[in-house]
Amino acid sequence: MIFHLGLFLGFQLLGEVIARIFTLRLPGPVIGMMLLAALLLARPAVGEKIKGTASHVLSYLSLLYVPAGVGIVQYLDQVSEIGPALAVALIGSTVLSIGAGALTFKYVNRLRGEADETPL
Amino acid sequence: MSDILDIWSYLAEGQLLWLSATIIAYLIGDGLFRLSGAKPYVNPVLISMFLLSVLLTATGTSYRTYFEGAQFIHFMLGPATVALAVPLWQNWTKVKSAAIPLLAALFVGSVVAMGSATAIGAAMGLRGDVLLSLVPKSATSPVAIGVSEAIGGLPTLTVALVLITGVIGAVVTTPLLNALGIRDFRGRGFATGVAAHGIGTARAFHCHGTAGAFAGIGMVLNAILTALVAPLFVQLFF
Repeated sequence: MIFHLGLFLGFQLLGEVIARIFTLRLPGPVIGMMLLAALLLARPAVGEKIKGTASHVLSYLSLLYVPAGVGIVQYLDQVSEIGPALAVALIGSTVLSIGAGALTFKYVNRLRGEADETPL
Repeated sequence: MSDILDIWSYLAEGQLLWLSATIIAYLIGDGLFRLSGAKPYVNPVLISMFLLSVLLTATGTSYRTYFEGAQFIHFMLGPATVALAVPLWQNWTKVKSAAIPLLAALFVGSVVAMGSATAIGAAMGLRGDVLLSLVPKSATSPVAIGVSEAIGGLPTLTVALVLITGVIGAVVTTPLLNALGIRDFRGRGFATGVAAHGIGTARAFHCHGTAGAFAGIGMVLNAILTALVAPLFVQLFF
């Protein structure tokens, strides 16, 4: 498992280096992810080896956002001033974005004459 | 025997205490989530954020001191993002066959997120750097920070907005998509990942493997699109 984590870190590092060399606006981990995906498509055997570790890491994905989330405490004194407007903007835009995105997927898929893929 | 306050002040300045507190808070949040029967509104991230914020406020601990310890968990966001390559690879044939509806949903979901957040914020009286901080809020935090800086927002405020967006997305997505009658797990997951990045993706993985994989793809593609489009969006509308 530690080798697999090392592989993820290695691709992140590679992504950071490429982002710096080519002064890309993309973050290193996103570039690393695209490179690793390319490797897995070319060498599926690697994917078979690391898929257990990947699903283990991803099962804790939400934990990884907690430290940044606690940063909200820095804004507690401003909540009464800008909090309500920000809350309305965030709730409204998130609902609209999920709804619009999912409806777009559904209707563009129908336009192509393909059925929904529903489980079971 | 040391005074309990001495022990506290020793631990409170160190990394171990806040690293442990983060994991314990998450275990409590995750435990409540499971106890509730995986109800979307019992969100583990929201509960952990709340518990830790109360703890920091009650003990007078600064966020900087807290983050010294918690940064080890934060650091794992990088390798976890790279690990999303695996579900992308596993679902590659499905992704390729749905490329056109996925790209359409990406573009619509991303532009609606940026546009509606800014429009609602402006209508509610927000201006200047606070309003600009809203633009990249649907992108995953490392991308959103960079974009916020580049367009003249407040990066630390953007991080908070990104996180709240993720929690809102994770809470609303299941009832919202049920109400809209969207049953395809590819579209459900993908739209959630585009709008609510990794926290939405974590929620999607809880619901269904395909939804989780497509959410991860949506999150990564929206990270790329937001980095490219947000500066243009700001040039056009600000």
